[in-house]
Amino acid sequence: MPDVSQRQVDIHYSFTGAELLLFGAIVYPDGRPPEGTDIAVVLKGPLEPIVVREKQKVAGIWMNVERVRFRSSPSFYAVASSRPLSQLVDERTAAIYELGLDNLQLSPGGGADAETLRRFENGFIDLRRRQQLFAEIPNGVEISEGVLYRARITIPARVPVGTYTAETFLIRDGRVIAGAAREIEIDKFGFERFIADAAEDHSLAYGITAVALSLMLGWGASAAFRRRYA
Amino acid sequence: MDIYLPIAGLSVNALVIIGLGGLVGILTGMVGVGGGFLTTPILIFYGIPPAVAVASATTQITGTSISGVLAHRRRKGVDMQMGAVIIVGGILGSLAGGFLFRILQQGGQIDTVISILYVLLLGSIGLMMAKEAATALDILKPSKRSLERPARRHNPLIAVLPMRWRFYRSGLYISPLAPLGLGFLSGLLTVLLGIGGGFIMVPAMIYLLGMSAAVVVGTSLLQILFVTAATTIVHATTTRSVDIVLAGLLLLGSVIGAQYGAWFAQRLKPELLRMILAIVVLGVALRMGLQLGWRPEEIFTVQML
Repeated sequence: MPDVSQRQVDIHYSFTGAELLLFGAIVYPDGRPPEGTDIAVVLKGPLEPIVVREKQKVAGIWMNVERVRFRSSPSFYAVASSRPLSQLVDERTAAIYELGLDNLQLSPGGGADAETLRRFENGFIDLRRRQQLFAEIPNGVEISEGVLYRARITIPARVPVGTYTAETFLIRDGRVIAGAAREIEIDKFGFERFIADAAEDHSLAYGITAVALSLMLGWGASAAFRRRYA
Repeated sequence: MDIYLPIAGLSVNALVIIGLGGLVGILTGMVGVGGGFLTTPILIFYGIPPAVAVASATTQITGTSISGVLAHRRRKGVDMQMGAVIIVGGILGSLAGGFLFRILQQGGQIDTVISILYVLLLGSIGLMMAKEAATALDILKPSKRSLERPARRHNPLIAVLPMRWRFYRSGLYISPLAPLGLGFLSGLLTVLLGIGGGFIMVPAMIYLLGMSAAVVVGTSLLQILFVTAATTIVHATTTRSVDIVLAGLLLLGSVIGAQYGAWFAQRLKPELLRMILAIVVLGVALRMGLQLGWRPEEIFTVQML
């Protein structure tokens, strides 16, 4: 059986986000790379419980009416593959390995019927996709010489920090024939991250800083102008 | 020049926000209002989540009120004793408001409540101001009732409250419970709506409490300064919606705009200024009311638990 390895992970942090590069090799027992082997790489952020709300028009006003709880929504999900997923695997395989945005296991809380659930899931995934927190990257994996692969996934600055998992699947004839997984620590990056974390973890100091900043700016401007026009 | 707001979670054009702060600042300097009641709705129109707009506008008001307080203090236009009573009420109000805000946020209804409160408040105050300014500009005839009614020194509701104190600067001998209650209300509104409450407090201080006009604006600004500072802390620690980048950009524009506004104010008729303000307020109320009925861009919203 052929196997797959994850040799190296590089994360390049920048002001607006990060880029993750995952390198690896496909190992064939007989040393000959056969045709038609594909790779899919899934990067998943820490799971979190969420509430999704839907606005409806009530008495002429758009307001939140229905809500559905999901117990395990990944804070980030991206799947990069060497060809579009629909050409690689059938629906059943995709569902088993959670390949693709349609196959996320969000574990909805009880109480909603199947149709409502589907509507909420679609709305939620669509929102996350436009926020670039969920992504399908159909040609995000390059395979050279049928042996070495390289996956490239961009991560926006707003993702939560924590332990992410990167899974590589080796796919042939619609079946997953091998896989490899590893954990990746996504650290704080960028000025925005710093602010967001300060607001969350040191909220009192953050509030005092905000007040001090506004007092300084207000007092400074009036002092500067008084000198000019006095 | 796009800049990412870390708490609001979206990118905005920094120049637009600074320009908005500048416009509100000019108005502040011209008319002497804090401008929170304009900043918050305009931020919401721009796409900032209402909770973040409210909390960050509060932080901005602290900055714009400091210079006013200092100026009025130099002219002895601040009643510190009265201010202290109102501030205590205001801080209690902002704590209660923070609690209420959190409950509404968890129930997912805070955005709608903010919008409805704004429409009601701005609509009624805008109408009142427009009527008053139109009368002063001789567009409307004063109503008979307002001519016949004799001016009363004290509101009977306030005169019946027990435990009277002397407020020398304000020239009053009234129960501290009245300004305490007024402060509480303004603290509540500050947390919920991101307004300093000056445009409610000033008339209330004149007509309800009967304070001496010389200390009304200075005392109101003192109260705004402290209550918005306290509210920023309340928001930072409970709702976590203070966006320091957003507040900083707004401040940058508004502290400079306020200086130019003061310059404009000396060259325009005050009745005309009030009419302009009334029209702006009514326009914002109308836009906010319409927005409630428009299909929002995002039907679905996500809240982390």
